Amino acid sequence: MCLAIPGRIVEFSTEQPSLARVDVAGVKRNVNISLLEDGEVRAGDWVLIHVGFAMSKIEEKQAHDQLRMLSALGEDEMAMDEIRGYSFADDSAR
Amino acid sequence: METIERELPRVRFGDAQIEMAHGAGGKASRRLIEGLFVPLLANPILETLSDSAVTELNGSRLATTADAYVVKPLRFPGGSIGELAVNGTVNDLAVSGARPLGLMAAFIIEAGLAGETLRAEVEAMADAARRANVSIVGGDTKVVEHGCADGMYVATFGFGLVDPRARLSPNAVREGDRVLLSGPIGDHGITILLARGELDLEADLVSDTRSVAPFAQALLDAAGSDLRWMRDPTRGGVATALNELVHATEFGITLFEEAIPLRDEVRGACEILGLDPLHIANEGQLIAVVAPGAADAALAAMRAVPGGDGAVCIGEVRSKPARAVIATTSYGGSRIVDMLVGDPLPRIC
Amino acid sequence: MKYVDEFRDPRLIKNVAREIARHADPDRHYRIMEVCGGHTHAIYRHGLKDLLPENVELIHGPGCPVCVLPMGRVDDGLAIAEQPGVILTAFGDMMRVPGTRGTPLELKARGVDIRMVYSPLDALRIAQTTPEKHVVFFAIGFETTAPSTALTLARAKALGVRNFSVFSNHVTIVPAIRAILDSPDMRLDAFVGPGHVSTVTGCRPYEFVARDYGKPVVISGFEPLDILESILMILRQLRDGEARVENQYRRIVPWEGNLPALRAIAEAFELRPYFEWRGLGFISQSALKVSAAYAAWDSEVQFEVPGVRVTDPKAAQCGEVLKGVLKPPQCKLFGKECNPEHPIGALMVSSEGACAAYYRYVHLGEPVTV
Repeated sequence: MCLAIPGRIVEFSTEQPSLARVDVAGVKRNVNISLLEDGEVRAGDWVLIHVGFAMSKIEEKQAHDQLRMLSALGEDEMAMDEIRGYSFADDSAR
Repeated sequence: METIERELPRVRFGDAQIEMAHGAGGKASRRLIEGLFVPLLANPILETLSDSAVTELNGSRLATTADAYVVKPLRFPGGSIGELAVNGTVNDLAVSGARPLGLMAAFIIEAGLAGETLRAEVEAMADAARRANVSIVGGDTKVVEHGCADGMYVATFGFGLVDPRARLSPNAVREGDRVLLSGPIGDHGITILLARGELDLEADLVSDTRSVAPFAQALLDAAGSDLRWMRDPTRGGVATALNELVHATEFGITLFEEAIPLRDEVRGACEILGLDPLHIANEGQLIAVVAPGAADAALAAMRAVPGGDGAVCIGEVRSKPARAVIATTSYGGSRIVDMLVGDPLPRIC
Repeated sequence: MKYVDEFRDPRLIKNVAREIARHADPDRHYRIMEVCGGHTHAIYRHGLKDLLPENVELIHGPGCPVCVLPMGRVDDGLAIAEQPGVILTAFGDMMRVPGTRGTPLELKARGVDIRMVYSPLDALRIAQTTPEKHVVFFAIGFETTAPSTALTLARAKALGVRNFSVFSNHVTIVPAIRAILDSPDMRLDAFVGPGHVSTVTGCRPYEFVARDYGKPVVISGFEPLDILESILMILRQLRDGEARVENQYRRIVPWEGNLPALRAIAEAFELRPYFEWRGLGFISQSALKVSAAYAAWDSEVQFEVPGVRVTDPKAAQCGEVLKGVLKPPQCKLFGKECNPEHPIGALMVSSEGACAAYYRYVHLGEPVTV
């Protein structure tokens, strides 16, 4: 369940308020945006698409934060653990 | 006349009815050919199951091939059934190491087809034949009732002489050989899928239909007998063509996932629909297996062909896992690339 | 591709894989279940098992809506398709699923009007353009897909399209997870939670797993980096003796879920008192039927369905594989009588079924640890 992929909103349909044109790597499709709250997305935003419906807006900041953290993984493991509130002493015992 | 004693043919095909899968170019097609046609038609040339049948003729090797073209819609971005019919058969000859000498074409036309449509297709075939430097020397025409033949079906038959330098066979493949590909995959199959209009997807994609004879020629010139095997990966895609190769050898092939050339739009469409680009049909690409020492020269020769700038090495022949095609990623993951089962079907899960 | 390629970055993947190796206690054997079939497919497609230490084992869960559909329901759908004047529409996933008399593709070859669609809205559009036929949409999927069917029903009602109905086989994920947890064969340490189902349900519904059963749940995305990070987060919790729900898929999954989607489901569907899940038996309150308000668009109201229960062949061990008790190659029929070309059970035909994934993606001769 759940082949869903990210796509970028190109424009909103003028004839049907529930439709938007979405671009996935150059492939375009009309996608139904009724599952998103009014005003939640604008042209240029990214959404997750499943069977012709936009399910969720993709939060760019969350994505960047996550990638940044994964990039730093292991470079400074002790420091990262401290940030998460684990005690230094416990870690060194492992 | 000599009578040849033969065992009774062992027909191993017992399916109650013929399905679409039997024509898709994957496992079911193979079962049909190996289980029904080969045992009943029984002869050594057929049993090689290569793209073209090669017959010894007074010291030369005559290659002949047949192919049927069934496509809906008849016209699509980048080409039409007529163009496919010429290029496809030219390509089958080319990958057998043969220079195409002539083609013949049989038309099965649906009553009610517009005269203009037929004319457009014959013009397309004439153009494609001119570009491929081959003549269409004869053929046949039949008309069937309205409702049959999806407009028109075309079957083409081609013949040519195999280049004396060509020593192509799965038996020639060795561990360490390189697998070369002429350009991005999936363009044709995805273009057709989108052109059917059922999926409401739009993309700037065209079929890659073209003659690959220039690539075959360049490879023979650059690699000679270091060229082991060639194939044009049509229905069933690169995955099916390579699986068929390894099943005829004791080797396996490892593909480098990130090296496989893919246009963004093909990638996007495959991601949306849950399809594997390695299973998608191509009509203008060539895969070649060459000895490692000749690989650089072979690749350079392919890139020098107009339209060959996308040629790339996508993998290697390895001893393990035997008779399997696998794909590895740069981060160390690997997966088996299997032969296509039926038609590639979009999925939502 | 944006939001895809970054999450397939080889350098980051290696980072996380290394961290997983550091965090996996060599004296423990970890059994982690990925609930969602989409995760099963992704794990195999990207070869992620190659990146995990030997003692971190992934068990494939029942989150494959095609796999858990009993054959009798497939027969019911095909029986509707064979009614005069009916066009049956379904996702590609359904087309090769065997019923007792053949798959939808095989019936289509025999002349039954069965068409593949990418979206339920496409099915509705076919109904609008062929008013002389009745279009039935064979709906499958968990909570990810149910809102789309719900909105399509709402649209059909609003537009007054009367030649359209839905044959609902939507199921819900929580009862399946509970059935796994309550199963006596269960020996799991944690769960990789369903990422796309959670865009609709949010993360709260899984809190009972941590609270009542003491198992960590990490809601995961589907790219290699997502799945690996989720496993790392699980190992951290297990190391620290914790059990809670975490959201790895933060960029897409809202903790509270998707309110419009939940509302749409509530309006167009009702919970069935019980529903049979292939391999798991009857589970109460686990499936959706079209609500009374939409009876005119419910295929089960508009058509007679045989409703015959079809049991799996005794030798097929779909149930045990679904529960993660057996690995696919341990089923006696795997690779022999049951293979992708001639599937006996849906786990072999569905692209995300554990058996199909194993068959297609795994190295030949991979040793199987029980």
